[in-house]
Parts: sequence; C-alpha cells; structure tokens
Amino acid sequence: MRTIYLDNNATTAVDPEVREALWPYLTEYYGNASSMHEFGGALRHRIEEARGQAAALLGCEAGEVIFTSGGTESDNTAIRGVLAAQPRKRHLITTRVEHPAVLSACRQMQREGYRLTELGVDGSGRLDLEELRGALTDETALVSVMWANNETGVLFPIEEIGSMARSRGALVHTDAVQAAGKLAIDLARLPVDLLSVSGHKLHAPKGVGLLYVRRGTRVQPLMLGGHQEFGRRAGTENVAGIAALGKACELSRRRLVEETARVGRLRDRLEEGLLRDCLDARVNGDRSARLANTTNISFEYVEGEAILLMLDRLGVCASSGSACTSGSLEPSHVLRAMGVPFTAVHGSIRFSLSRFTTEEEIDFVIGEMPGIIGRLREISMFRPERDATGEGPRERRPGLSAPRR
Amino acid sequence: MWDYTDKVKEHFFRPRNVGTIEGADGVGVGGSLACGDALKLMFKLGPDGRIAEVKFQTFGCGSAIASASALTELIKGKTLAEAERITNKDVAEYLGGLPEQKMHCSVMGREALEAAIENYRTGGKGGRQLEGRVVCTCFGVTEKEIERVVRENGLATVEQVTNYCKAGGGCGGCHGEIEEIIGGVRGERGPAAAAAPPAAAAAAAAPSKKALTNIQKIQLIQQVLDQEVRPALQADGGDLELIDVEGNRVVVALRGMCAQCQAAGFTIADVVQAKLREFVSGELTVEEQK
Repeated sequence: MRTIYLDNNATTAVDPEVREALWPYLTEYYGNASSMHEFGGALRHRIEEARGQAAALLGCEAGEVIFTSGGTESDNTAIRGVLAAQPRKRHLITTRVEHPAVLSACRQMQREGYRLTELGVDGSGRLDLEELRGALTDETALVSVMWANNETGVLFPIEEIGSMARSRGALVHTDAVQAAGKLAIDLARLPVDLLSVSGHKLHAPKGVGLLYVRRGTRVQPLMLGGHQEFGRRAGTENVAGIAALGKACELSRRRLVEETARVGRLRDRLEEGLLRDCLDARVNGDRSARLANTTNISFEYVEGEAILLMLDRLGVCASSGSACTSGSLEPSHVLRAMGVPFTAVHGSIRFSLSRFTTEEEIDFVIGEMPGIIGRLREISMFRPERDATGEGPRERRPGLSAPRR
Repeated sequence: MWDYTDKVKEHFFRPRNVGTIEGADGVGVGGSLACGDALKLMFKLGPDGRIAEVKFQTFGCGSAIASASALTELIKGKTLAEAERITNKDVAEYLGGLPEQKMHCSVMGREALEAAIENYRTGGKGGRQLEGRVVCTCFGVTEKEIERVVRENGLATVEQVTNYCKAGGGCGGCHGEIEEIIGGVRGERGPAAAAAPPAAAAAAAAPSKKALTNIQKIQLIQQVLDQEVRPALQADGGDLELIDVEGNRVVVALRGMCAQCQAAGFTIADVVQAKLREFVSGELTVEEQK
C-alpha cells in the first residue's frame, strides 16, 4: 500500500539530495573533525560549509550558527543558557501554545525560582501584543515565543514582538522549528537574539538541529566537555547530520518561494474540499497568518483517533489534537488555549504537507474523508438537529439528554 | 500508535449494533461527565425477558467504538440479571485485551449498561445516578466507581485507576484519596480513610429532611452548585450560573467553555440535576436557559 504522508509537522522525509550529501560521512569519512591528522581534520571544512549553508537560509553570519542534536536541545540551551548568563534578571515570558520543549523548560525555570508569564491567545490563536507589553519589566531576561505553531500553523508577529521585548532590554528567542524552510528568514534585520531549528522538520534526518545565537549574546552552554562549536556545545560533531542539515538548508533556500506557493495551493485545495464535502467542519487558527503547509480542521460530532485509524487503513498519515491520541488524557493544549470547544478539540485533525505532496494525494484525501466522517457520525450520539426540510444544521447542540421516557 | 488487537480493529471498522431503537425498554448513558467520550446504550426485551435487541451510539475513539460493539454482542440474548454480571474485564477479554490507557473505554460500556438497566427497572425515571461522593472532580468520578474498578480489575496504583476510569487524570488533587480507596479495597485501609464528606453534603443532609422555605431552597441550591458542581466545570474552563428557581424548576446558564460544549446537555441533565436531587430535593428538574 502506498503511503500518503500528510504529517510533515511531525517529521519529514529525508530529501534524496540530502541523503546523498550525508552518505559519505557514514561510510568513507568517519574521522573526528578535531583530530590532528588530515583524515579527520579535513571534515572541519565540511562542517564549516554546512554552517555557511545554514547561515544563508537564516540571513545571519556563519559564526552565529551552533549545531545541536535538534530542536529540543536548541530550545533548552536558549532558555536555560540565557537565564544562567544574566543571574540578576529573574523573569521570563512565553506563550501558552509553545511546543513542550519550550513550555516545559520555562516551567522548570519557574520551579527553580524564576517568575514566568505565559501569554494567552485568542480564538484564532493570535497573541495580544498589549498583554506582552504589560508583562515586560526591567526584570525580564528573556521572551521566548514560537514563530509558527506546530499544531495550527498560526504565525506570531516576531518582528513586533522582538522590538517590543528589546525596548525593555529583554533578549528574544524564537522556536522556528516549523518556520525554517517554510518562511523567508532574515536575521540580519530581525530583532531576534536566538532561534531554534530542527533538521528533521526540513528534510534532514533526526538527531541534528541548530541554534542561532546573535553575535555578542551571552549564553551558558548546556553541554560541557569540549571546545566544539566555539565552546558553546561540547561533544564530537555529528558530521553526517551536520552535512545533511547544511544541504537541507541549501535546498530549502533555493526552493523556498516556488515550493511555498505550490504547497500553499495544495493546502488550500485540501481545506476547501474538506470544508465543502464534510459538513460541520471548521478550521482552527487564523487563516490569514498561517504556514502554507498546515491546516487544522475540527470535524464536529466525531473523535479524532477514530478518524486517524480510518485514514491509516487507507495509508494516509495525519495527526489529531484528541486526548485519545496523546497517551495521556490531555487534549491539545494549543486548541484548549484557543478556547476551541472540547468536542471540537477531540475531533481535530492536522494535515501538514511538504514538497513531496502531490495533487493526486490531496484529491484522494478529499475523496475519502466525507465517507470516513459520515460513517463515524452514524455511530456518534452527537449530531446536528436538521430541520424537516433537511436544509442543514439549525441547532448545533447535540440531542443528548439523560434517559427519560 | 496504539497497539490494538485484531479483534479491536475488527470491531472498530465493522461495529455491531450501531443505532437507536424506537420504543426501547431501557436507555443509559456512560462516559466522563464534563467532557471526553460518551456512550449511549439502549435495549429492548423479548417476551422471554431476554435482551432481544441492543443498540449503541458513541462519541469516542477506536477502542471506545470497539468496546461498545463488543459489549452489545456480549449481552444480546442474556437476561438482565446475566447482563448485569458482565464486567469491563469481560469486554476487554472479548476483544483480546485493550491498551492499559484505554481500559476506561470498557468501563464506560459497563456504566452505560447499568444505567440502561436501572432506567428500565425504574420505569424510565432513573438514569445514571451519581452514587456516593465525587472523588475526582475533574472527571466527575465517585468513590463507588473507583472502588468498583479497583475491585473488579485488581488495581494497585493511582495510574491504573486513571487508565480504568479517568479518576486522577486531571489536576491530580485526588491522588491521595484514590490511594486510600485502593488501600481500603485491598484490605489495608489507612487511618485517614474515613474522610469527611464534602461540606455541602453535610450541610444539606439535615435540612433536606424537612420542608424548605423557598428562600432556604434557593440558598441550598446555590450552595450545592458552588460546592459540588462549579469546581468540576471550572477545572475544564467552564462555569455555571443559577438564573431562577420556580417551584421545583431550576433554571441555570452555562458559561465559558461549557456554553460551547457539545456535551452540555449531558452535563445539565446528568450532573447538575443529579447533584441537586441528591442534596436538595428529588423533585427538582434542571433546565438550561436558552
């Protein structure tokens, strides 16, 4: 059975060109870049080439790129490292919809005695910048706000946020794990001090990422034990991963404009098709400021895990904000922060596309979803009460009441 | 990805007995109260007193659908006494096992079945009654329900209890009490096991015996709502307001998350009314202000 992979915000396929770039370092060139012999030492050039490729994608200097093991390490290093480097400032600000890598790290700092402000979002997943303005104090060491939300694709206005934070003397970190490779990034002119990128979200393999640290920003390293990465991240370099990430950055930069436009058209086609053919469906998140590859749709009256199981049987990969898919009983913290009604959170499905998504795949999903949703709605006890003429939902409340005869 | 057995998958993809029955003899609802999954079960008895027809509808995940389907297959053709003896364990075994975190799906089925049988026996008056003290206010799970899953499944940890009936899966404030209940069932009752009943229950117990003046009744209703109902709703971002009391008719309005919630009808009928009937007067009916 073929796989239709529409879960690219979870991870992406390694691009064939990236695979080629990485292969030599898993076979012939296995040296240690820190060695004094040519066999290992020559690898330094490949690492620096990758640093340049990454810097070109981000619009920064090569010396501002630190390779890490991935987005989570980058986020943790940024948050912990910045706070440790300015011990007198005891306040940090983040949002309620961050990826757990940021949210958990911030909450840990709170347990360790820092004051934490978590900014809320409105029903479309947007921040209130006035709330940020009110939260900033001279005590604020760091503002960590994601660029693009992994669940909804909603974009935060990083430039405005950065300027506001800087005006109060705070440093600015953004988790750009979902944004990198999908948005034009020009750090030379952005008021951002630290930025996290994960390799496997942009067609490099898992286990490699980077942290951008603006020149002159003090960050205490998380990893100790070596001089690698300018003394900011100890540990023998993952040469194969770094070469792959460099190549992936280069590909993303070259293809960004054309790819974003094409993926955006496919996403819109999918979204329009699903909203048209599956009644009582709604898009979660601000459609006017969103990643081109992401759509998060709630299908009323049905539960997300059941939808995923039916899609999975057809080879279609997606994800859901339902509690039943999380391993805990907690539904999506992002959708809950947006005030999405509970049943709509449980019935939410995220489709995230990539450069490898085809129109034929999108049309297959548009064709199959109404049947899946219809079948599950037949089983569901919640349903719209349609009027006698069958003209459509009049009353959206479920017809569920206690047993009474 | 959950590790579902082939039997679970089979009952999910081809669920048996989906739908409703015109003029059912018993109808019952199970599931978590404030939100989450829910199951509606109904049956019709044959002339021989056996369950001739059974149907279900559910808002739930794959294992919830499979569990409901399995339960209906298990009880078909049984007398009510036989059906009552079916436990959530039987449902799980029929399906070749469920992932531990999904055991609550099988418990939900049994709850709905019990409610449906109760509904039949009381001539349609009784629904699912909240028996005993609510321990987990986040998911509205009572002491009796927790005791039962612990006893029937030989549970030993709070985490297991959460997996089986969701209790303790929210704020975590009741973990101590759940441990005591586990200890009690396992014959090692701790010293603090005789926990005090909630304030409203104590306050309500005495006055509810004699006739209340209207003012007393309104005050008591407000008190029960404040202490027994609103904390659970607030934990999920919702709230509820008392609008009016007219004789035995209580009008409330849902606020916050509850106002948009698809399960609101369920919350009103099942939770609010059950609480007020338990603590104030069995004759109250609760309506939502439209």
